[in-house]
Amino acid sequence: MNATALEKFQAAFPDATCKVVLESVVINVQPDKLESTLAGLKNDPAFNCGLLLDVTGIDYKDYPETTDTRFYVVYTVRNWQDNLLVQVRTPVVDPEKGIPTATHLFDSALWGEREVWDQYGINFHNHPDLRRILNHYQFEGHPLRKDYDIRKGQVCIGNDSLEKEIRARLAINGVAESTMKDINTEIMFLNLGPSHPATHGAIRILTALDGETIMANVNEIGYLHRGFEKTSENLTYNQIIPLTDRLNYCSSMMNNIAYVKAVESWLGVEITERAQFMRVVLSEFYRVLDHLVCIAANMVDMGGLTNYWYLYNEKEAAYDFISRLTGARLTSSFTRIGGMYRDFYEGWESDLELHLRDIEKGIGDSIKLVLKNRIVHDRTKDVCVLSAEDALSFGFTGPTLRASGVPFDLRKDAPYYNYESFDFDVPVGSKGDIYDRIMIRFEEMFQSIRIIRQAMKSIPDGSVFIEDSQIVLPPKADVYNNIEGLANHFKLIFEGVKTPAGEWYDSFEAANGELGFHFVSDGSGRPYKLKVRPPCFYIMGGFHKMVEGNMIADAVINLGSINIIGGELDR
Amino acid sequence: MALGLEAKLGDNVMTSTLDYIVNWGRENSLWPFVYGTACCAIEFMSTAASLHDISRYGAEVVRFSPRQADLLLVCGTVSYKQAPILKRIYEQMPEPKWVIAIGACASSGGIYDNYCTVQGIDTIIPVDVYISGCPPRPEAILDALMKIQDQIKGETVLEDRHKDFKGILD
Repeated sequence: MNATALEKFQAAFPDATCKVVLESVVINVQPDKLESTLAGLKNDPAFNCGLLLDVTGIDYKDYPETTDTRFYVVYTVRNWQDNLLVQVRTPVVDPEKGIPTATHLFDSALWGEREVWDQYGINFHNHPDLRRILNHYQFEGHPLRKDYDIRKGQVCIGNDSLEKEIRARLAINGVAESTMKDINTEIMFLNLGPSHPATHGAIRILTALDGETIMANVNEIGYLHRGFEKTSENLTYNQIIPLTDRLNYCSSMMNNIAYVKAVESWLGVEITERAQFMRVVLSEFYRVLDHLVCIAANMVDMGGLTNYWYLYNEKEAAYDFISRLTGARLTSSFTRIGGMYRDFYEGWESDLELHLRDIEKGIGDSIKLVLKNRIVHDRTKDVCVLSAEDALSFGFTGPTLRASGVPFDLRKDAPYYNYESFDFDVPVGSKGDIYDRIMIRFEEMFQSIRIIRQAMKSIPDGSVFIEDSQIVLPPKADVYNNIEGLANHFKLIFEGVKTPAGEWYDSFEAANGELGFHFVSDGSGRPYKLKVRPPCFYIMGGFHKMVEGNMIADAVINLGSINIIGGELDR
Repeated sequence: MALGLEAKLGDNVMTSTLDYIVNWGRENSLWPFVYGTACCAIEFMSTAASLHDISRYGAEVVRFSPRQADLLLVCGTVSYKQAPILKRIYEQMPEPKWVIAIGACASSGGIYDNYCTVQGIDTIIPVDVYISGCPPRPEAILDALMKIQDQIKGETVLEDRHKDFKGILD
C-alpha cells in the first residue's frame, strides 16, 4: 500500500482519519458518517469495494491504552480486482442505541451484524433480523464482552421455532397468505436437521414447501459454537495453534498455516525459504484432501456411493501418510510461529509422489463416473444458481465464488509464499450452479497437484525455523545444558511470543475461501482479541438465496456442494 | 428332506438361557445412530470406510432414524444449544440402547472449557463407553464397539438399564 493510495482515501473521506496497517487501509469514522463511508467505498469506482468480508466488534474494557469509547465495530471490505483491503472502524458510544446497519449495502452484513449483536450486544438500527446466531435463544448476556466469565455456561431447554422468521421470508418472496392456506397450494413446513444425514454436521434448515418446491428457507447455525474466540484470549499465540486445527477439520494444516502467517506478518517475520515451500506444499496437499471429502460426500448425497470409495479411500491413505509427518491423522498442529514443527522426514518426497499418483487415479476414476453421467448432469446443471453479484454481496469467497464466475483467488490476487512464481490456473465457472461448484473442485485438485510438483522440484535446503530467540524455542540441547537456553525456553512457554500492541487483519486462501484473522494485541504474549473470518459462515448466509425456487432434494446436494464445515461455521 | 442344521439335529431340542441367545443376537447386530457434530465424525467416516470396515463387527447398518437404532455414537463436541436435541434423540431410541462418547469433547468437553460447551455428555444422557483422543483413531472406535459387545454379554434382558439417570436437562 503506497502513500498516494492513502491520499486518495483521505481526499475521499475528509472527516475520517486514514492510516495504513500492513496491507490494509484503516479508516476511523464517526457513526453518523459510517453509512456514507461504506456506501462510498462500495459505489465509488475508484474504490469499488463490493465484498464485505467481515464485521466484528471490539471491547476495549481491559485494554491498557484508553480509548474514547468502550466498544468499536470494524467492517472489513475488499476490492477483489485491485487487491484493495479496507477496514472501517467506528466507535459505539452506547451499545443499546447502537450504530446504523450496513445490510442495505451488503447482504453479508445480515449475518455479520447478527454475530456482533450476539457476541458483544451492539445494536444495529434498522437491521431486519437482529437476533442471536451462535448462542442459543435462551442465552443471556454477551460472551465476548470482557466482563463475561468464560466458564459461565447457560443451559438451554427446547428449540427456537423460527416460525416468525420463515413467515417473514415467505412475505419477502411474495407468497400471499391466501396461497399458503389454499388447499391446492398449501404450504408445508419441513425441517432438516440439526441432526440429519443431509446436513453433514449440525445445521438446521427450515423450509416452507409447495409440493417439493422451496418457497422460503431459513437456516439456524451455532450448534457447534465452541467459543474459539473467547478461549483464544486466554492462551499464548503458540497455544492457539491446536485450536485452529479444529476450525476446518478437513484441512487442518491450512488453518495452522493461515494463523501463523497472520501472526508473523504483524511481527514482521520473514520465514525461511524452505519453510515457505513446505507451507505451499502442505497447504496445497490439504486443499486436495478437503476437496476430496467435499466431493465424496456430495456424491453420496446424490446416490453415487462408488465415488465415495474412490475418493475417500485416497484420503484415508493420505491420513496415515500425514500422521507419519505430524504424528496425528486429523489434527496436525504442525506449524509454529517462525517456522514449522519439524522438517520433512527422509523419504517424504517419494511417499508424496506415490500418494499424488493414487489421488490422481482416484479422481480420474470418479470423474469417469461423473463427467458423462446423465443423472449427475440433470441433477446439478442449472440447479441452485447464484449470480456473481449475489455471491459477492453475500460475501462468498473461494471455489463457491469462482463457480459464479468471479476469478478471485488470493493466491493470484495477493500472492504470498512465492505463489506468483508457480504456474497454475484458477478455474472459473460460467453459471454458478451445483455442476460448476463440483467441477471447480475437481479442477482445483489437479491445479494443486501441479503446484505441489513444482514446489517439490525447487524446494531449497536449509532450516525450517528462523533464528530469533524471542520467537522460536531454543534447541533442546541448549535447554538441557545451559541456563540461558533454559530461561529462554521458560520465558517463551510461560509468556508467549510477544507481539507489538495494535490491530491487524491478515488473510489466506483456504480450501473454502478467504480465511482471515483479525487480531487486537495489547503487547503481551496473548491476543487481546482474535476474530476468525470463516469462509463457511458467509456462504451459509447466502444459502436461502441459492435454494429458494428449487426442489427440496436440490437443497440437500447444494449444501454438499458448498462444503459447510461446522467447526469453521460456528467456531 | 431336512437341510442344514435340521438335518443334523432332527427333532431334537437345544436348550440355552434366554439372556445368552438374545445377547448373542444383540451384540452382533448393533445398529448405530451417528450423532456426528465435529472432527470425530470424520474419523467415524474412516471407521466405516473400506480399510477399517466396521461391518466386520456387524455394526455397519448406520441408521439415521433414532427409532431404528440401538447404539448411539456421539462423535464430537456438544454445545448447550445442541444438548436438548441430543437428549431427545436418546429418548427416541427404543430400549435396549447403548451410548459411546467418542473423543475428548463428548467425554469431558475436551479443550473447550467455556461458556458454550457441555462438559461431557454424561451430564445429559447415560454413557456406557468413553473413548479418549482428539480425535480418536478408527481403531479406538472399533475397540469401543468391542467393549460394548462384551458389556452386552454380561447383561440380562429382564432389567431396565439407567432408569434412575438424572441429567442437567431433567
